[in-house]
Parts: sequence; C-alpha cells; structure tokens
Amino acid sequence: MADAILEVFRGTQEAGGAKQYTVPIAPGMVVLDALHYIQANLEPDMAVRWNCKAGKCGSCSAEVNGKPRLTCKTRMDALPTDKPITVYPMKSFPVIKDLVTDVSWNYRVNRKIPPFTPKKNTDWKMYQEDMDRVQEFRKCIECFLCQNVCHVVRDHHKKEEFGGPRFFVRVASLEMHPLDTGSRAKLLKNELGIGYCNITKCCTEVCPEEIKITDNAIIPLKERVVDEFYDPILKLVRKIRGAAD
Amino acid sequence: MTNQTKYETHEHDVLIIGAGGAGLRAAIEGLAAGARVAVVSKSLLGKAHTVMAEGGIAAAMANVDKADSWKTHFRDTMRGGKLLNNWRMAQLHAQEAPERVRELEQWGALFDRTSDGDILQRAFGGHTFKRLCHVGDRTGLEMIRTLQDRGVQLGFDVFMECTIIRLLADGKRIVGAFGYWREQGRFVILKAKAVVIATGGIGKAYRITSNSWEYTGDGMALAYDAGADLLDMEFVQFHPTGMVWPPGVQGILVTEAVRGEGGILRNKNGERFMEKYDPKRMELSTRDVVARSIYTEVREGRGSEHGGAYLDISHKPAEYVKQKLPSMYHQFKELADVDITKGPMEVGPTCHYVMGGIRVEAETAAASLPGLFAAGEAAAGLHGGNRLGGNSLSDLLVFGRRAGLAAAAYAGKAPAASIDEGQIAEAERDMLAPFDRSQGENPYSVHRDLQETMQNLVGIFRIEEDMNKAMSNLEKLKDRSARVRVEGSRLFNPGWHLSRDLKSMLTVSEAVARCALARKESRGAHSRIDYPNLDEKVWGKQHNVISRDGDRMKLQQIPVEPMPDDLRELVADEK
Repeated sequence: MADAILEVFRGTQEAGGAKQYTVPIAPGMVVLDALHYIQANLEPDMAVRWNCKAGKCGSCSAEVNGKPRLTCKTRMDALPTDKPITVYPMKSFPVIKDLVTDVSWNYRVNRKIPPFTPKKNTDWKMYQEDMDRVQEFRKCIECFLCQNVCHVVRDHHKKEEFGGPRFFVRVASLEMHPLDTGSRAKLLKNELGIGYCNITKCCTEVCPEEIKITDNAIIPLKERVVDEFYDPILKLVRKIRGAAD
Repeated sequence: MTNQTKYETHEHDVLIIGAGGAGLRAAIEGLAAGARVAVVSKSLLGKAHTVMAEGGIAAAMANVDKADSWKTHFRDTMRGGKLLNNWRMAQLHAQEAPERVRELEQWGALFDRTSDGDILQRAFGGHTFKRLCHVGDRTGLEMIRTLQDRGVQLGFDVFMECTIIRLLADGKRIVGAFGYWREQGRFVILKAKAVVIATGGIGKAYRITSNSWEYTGDGMALAYDAGADLLDMEFVQFHPTGMVWPPGVQGILVTEAVRGEGGILRNKNGERFMEKYDPKRMELSTRDVVARSIYTEVREGRGSEHGGAYLDISHKPAEYVKQKLPSMYHQFKELADVDITKGPMEVGPTCHYVMGGIRVEAETAAASLPGLFAAGEAAAGLHGGNRLGGNSLSDLLVFGRRAGLAAAAYAGKAPAASIDEGQIAEAERDMLAPFDRSQGENPYSVHRDLQETMQNLVGIFRIEEDMNKAMSNLEKLKDRSARVRVEGSRLFNPGWHLSRDLKSMLTVSEAVARCALARKESRGAHSRIDYPNLDEKVWGKQHNVISRDGDRMKLQQIPVEPMPDDLRELVADEK
C-alpha cells in the first residue's frame, strides 16, 4: 500500500510550524482519516476538531493544500501525491492548538440577529414552493469556511463591524421565511456591515453544502438594504414623516 | 466548601450536561420556567449528534394518513420495543410529540410540506402510518439549529468544549459537576441546584458505529459513579444500514428514509431477502429484524462485494432521490464514488443507539438520585427492547422538555448545598494521573481493543461463551486503562481527553455485557444464539438494573410495571 506525506501545522498562535508525517493510504481515505491515523499511531496530542465524519456537522474545517475544506470530505486520492499534502488551520481565526481555532467570534455575531418573529394568528400553512429558497439557507452546517475565506475577515480583519457570509445566510433564512415579520435591514447595514461585501463569491465557492451564498442570500439582502435606506423616493417619504434613520 | 476555591466556579439553578436535542430542549423549558440555566457541551454548540439524525421526527399529526392517532403511535412503539418499554413514557411520548413538533415550527423550523401546506410525513420502519415529519434527510440539523437559536434568544449560558468528569454530591443529592475545559485543560466547578444529563449514547465502544467521538457513555457513567441506577443496558441498537465501503466510512449512517422512500434490499444473487424474514413489512420492518437479516445474509455467504447488502433506490426518478435524500446522494457520490440515482449502495449494520440508560421516572425524567434528571438517549425506558426510527428525535423533545421543567421546579425548592472538596480533589488527581506516568500505553490502543471486544463478542448475535470472554477482556482493559500514559500538555490534547472517555466507555461496556449475559432470551435488539426465543414468563416480566456497590457493579432485576387495561387493549389489538 502506498504512503502519503502529510505536512500538518503543529503549535499555537504564538509558536508553531509544519511537521511531516507518513501515513499509509487506504482505499477511499479522506484527509480526516489520515489525521486520525496520526493521532492514534504517531502523536496522540495532535488537536483536531471533528464529529460526524460525514459532512453534516461542519466541525473539521481546515486548509488542505491551501484550500479551505472539510477534511472529512476531502479524498486523499483527489490530491497529488508527488508532494506533501499540507493541512493548516483556518487562517482567519486565532489558532488555539494545531488545527483547532478559536471560532467564538461567529457565535458572538449570531447573538446580534433578532429571532424569527412569526405573524400573529397565523394558521401555520406554508407551501413548499415558498420554502424551497429558505430551505437552501437552512442547509448551512456552520463549518465557517465561508467566514474563513471572506476577504473582509481574512485580509481586512473587520470582525467587529462585519457579520460574514454565514450570518448573511442566516439573516436571509429569517427574512425570507414565509411567516416572518421582522426587518433586519438596519442590522445588515450597521452591525453586520453588509456593504463591505463586494460580491467576489469566494464564500459560494467553498461552501460544502453548495449554498449559493452570494447570489441567493447576499445580493437579495443588499437589495433590501438599498430599498430601505437609499431609495430616493422612500427616503423622501421618511424625511417628510420625520422617521429618517 | 470554602469560598476560596482555586477553581473557576459558576453557579446556576439548572445545569444541563449535553447540548444535543434533549439538552437544548431541557434548557429552553428551564429558562421558560424562570431558572438560570447552563448547558455544557463537549463540542461546539450545534455539533452534537442530533445533527446527524436524518429521517425525521415521529409524531402522530395525521397530516398525510388521517387515521393516525397517539394510540397507534403508542401501539407501534410498544410493539417495536417488545413490550419492555415503560408504558407511561410511551404514552406521554405519543401524546405530546405532535405539540412538540408544532412548537419547533413556531420557533422557525421549516419542515417539508404537503400540498395542503401542512408538515409532510413519511413512512418509516415499524410505524403503521406515514408519521415522520422531516426536512429531506437533514431533519436533525433543522432541529438542532432551531433549538440552538431559541436557547440563545432566551439566554442560556453555554459552556462549549467542556467535559464533565464527576457529578458533585451533597450526601446523595446531586448539586453540580466538576469538569475541564478541553481547550486549555483547566478545571471548572459548575454548581447547580439540579442537574440534567443529556449526553447521548455509547456507540464509540463499538468498532463499527454511526456515532461520533462524543458518544462515550459519559452521562451514564457519571450517573452510575454517583450511585444512580442504569436500566436494560443490554439493548444496543444496530442500525441495519451503515456504509460498508470504503473502509474509512464504514459505519456512517445511511438513513432509514432510503427505505421509507421505497428503497429495496437485495443480496448478491439479486434476491429481495426481506421476503424471507418479514414478508409483511419487508424493508420497513423494525431495525432489529432488518439488521439481523442483513447480518444473516452476509454470514451465509450471500453478502455484497464488501460484506453487506445492496440497497437500491435508483428505480425512483433521479430528481426525486436528490430532493428527498440530498445528503445521501452527496455522501455516496463523494465518499464512495457511487451515484445512488443510478445504482445500489452497499450497506451493513452499524452500532447506532442504546435503548438502555439512566433509569428515570416517566413524568419528571428524575433519576434515582435527588437533584439528578436524564433525558434523550442517556435515559432508558421509552424504547424498551428496540427503538423505532424517528422516535428518537421525538423522545428528545418530549422528555427534554419534561426534564427541564422538573429540574427547574426541583431547583426552585432545593435547599442550600455544601460540596465536600474531597470529591473534587480525587477527580482532579485521577484526571491528571496519565501525565505523571513515565511509561504506559497509548489510550488509543486500549480504545481499539475495547471496540474489538464489544464488536466481536457483545454484538448483534450474542452467546454466553463470547460474553464471558468479553467480561474477562473488560477486566484486562480496565487494568490497561488505569495505566495509560499521555504525552504533551493539557492544551487541547485529544489523547488526554480519550484517557478519560475510555473510563466511561469501560463502565458502560461492562454494564452492557453484564445485562446481556443475564438476559437469557432474545428480545428486540438483544439476540442470543443460545436462547433464540422470547421468554415471556421470566424475562418478559423483568428489567435488568445496574448499580454501583463499592467498586463492584451490581446487577439486579426489577419487575416490569403492568400496563393499565385500556392501554393493554391498544397494544394487544391485532389490526
């Protein structure tokens, strides 16, 4: 059986570097299997997050050969074996240890989003054709790969003023819920800084659930913000009413 | 306990251990009752095993099959469990599940719909009617996200990536827990007036399992260590359809919804073998029957290429399959190079669920120690000898809610407690011991051998000789586990974490083996080669109860509580 060389980041935010491991390849093996092999046989203290190992929980995100991936869905036989396979932690989050990063920022952003606010006295009838587009957003497994790859976070470090693609998807799932009555346009504009997104679609490309984040969530939300805040007629109406924001 | 403790300390009314469906539902109810609630989770919030539940939530809403009612759901559950279920739990579950599903919808969950705009329901094994409310094949994700958002909105404190290693007691009463942060390895005291265990199951004690690393029986072992009773631990469910190939994905769940949507099982000769084992219900027989059937086909030489059976849904239109089973489509395409719209999947049994667990009161989810509650897979009773698919998610909702409610009520009346520092010092010493050893085994190798023992000797088919061997293996494994060594620091160290989880797995494994050895009959998921028949006279009338007697595990039997006549009629009535 052939071997693969894995080059895995070991260390913390303060100190660390790549270390190489030789791992025997089995048919159908994924990168997470290789990491488990290292843990069980070579270095039991190597830190890796994972849960379901089936692409459903979004725990095992990392950067494999420079690409943000779920390691449980990245097949070894899809990667070139003539050079080491590199496995690094997600770059946009502080490293705790090895491949484990501090993703707590995401949970803080989530708390800013007002909850589902259903119509009063609804009979809870909903039709599949009205739900299909919302169900797409509900597929999100919170792997945070989209957050990791977004320039606004990754290169411009705007964590305080920006929500990131994951939470635009979440807001979209609420805003487009057939029975929701809340409005989150102000939140999108101010606290979540949707204006920072310049629709390069990097988030859509890395989404393991194939959610069309940019086209189906972010762009419609941007339109809502524009309608609410920048539409000249609406703006005039608001001014007259004295309700300008 | 003195106020000047050296440990980080938090105090709440209700502490919930486990952040899956049951834990989150308990938290929501506790908060609604005005309690201060903390939820502790070994993983990040939203990653618990509930997220992997695929097929749906069983609730007799009668949206599709109008004839459905709680009575039929009750009957199906009792008969599926071979009447070993706690009848009162089965009744409450069947009666309350529809309301719990509607609640989820009111909190934002989006279930698939009927053409009338109601929640769509699908067929599942052992359910008389189309009963499973679902979202494609990612129902668990929808459920956990909805509960998570609701809990965040109501304001629970979440302690993520924190493992509990000991329940803290004041006399017999449970008054908190002691654990460590997985990230930094620091210890933490979580004081509470009531504690709810919602830690799920034990699948990681087996080699082939659909369960994640978290499923190490922690809650059951913690409760046992503290002196609580465990019930009917021999009943371990092997889901009939796990992936069998390639090796890395062996055991990963293939949802029963494949069969619910019309999937057909065949052996290598192309025979639809369920005709032989359950001609009436075929592929939608109960899980125990289907798992044994596949196992038997393989053992008798009619297995698929990699030692399983073929499960085929490709006779349905490709678009339909992709819409109803999207994650199965992707799972097979990406992990096994199989297009399930074009050809069959290879599947075989995988350890999936434990029906046994912490013994609880039906109405309150109270365990046998004051201040301790348990819900979900960690608790026993609802499912008896075999769980029906879809009854797990409804279990989490119904009894999670009841546990949260009862824990909050208990907390409201609980007097002040004191915690003896000795129990904390002991837990800390035990936890740190693997670092102090200059030599010793790697915990991973002990874990591997434990999994082999349970898989091979206390698996789908059991026999006394094997289980005696398992018992003696477990003794040796306990010795080895007590001498493991871990390297590195306390900073996010999976080897160290496993050294503790291993102890829990050994406790629950011993409980499973002891109960399995004692139950000299075959019932539900417990199949004895040496006792192949139901024994209604003796074992139909008693449960196994495990408790701690000093350092020894004690096994006793208690009678099955007889059903009231009206319920008995429901169950007996052959429709």
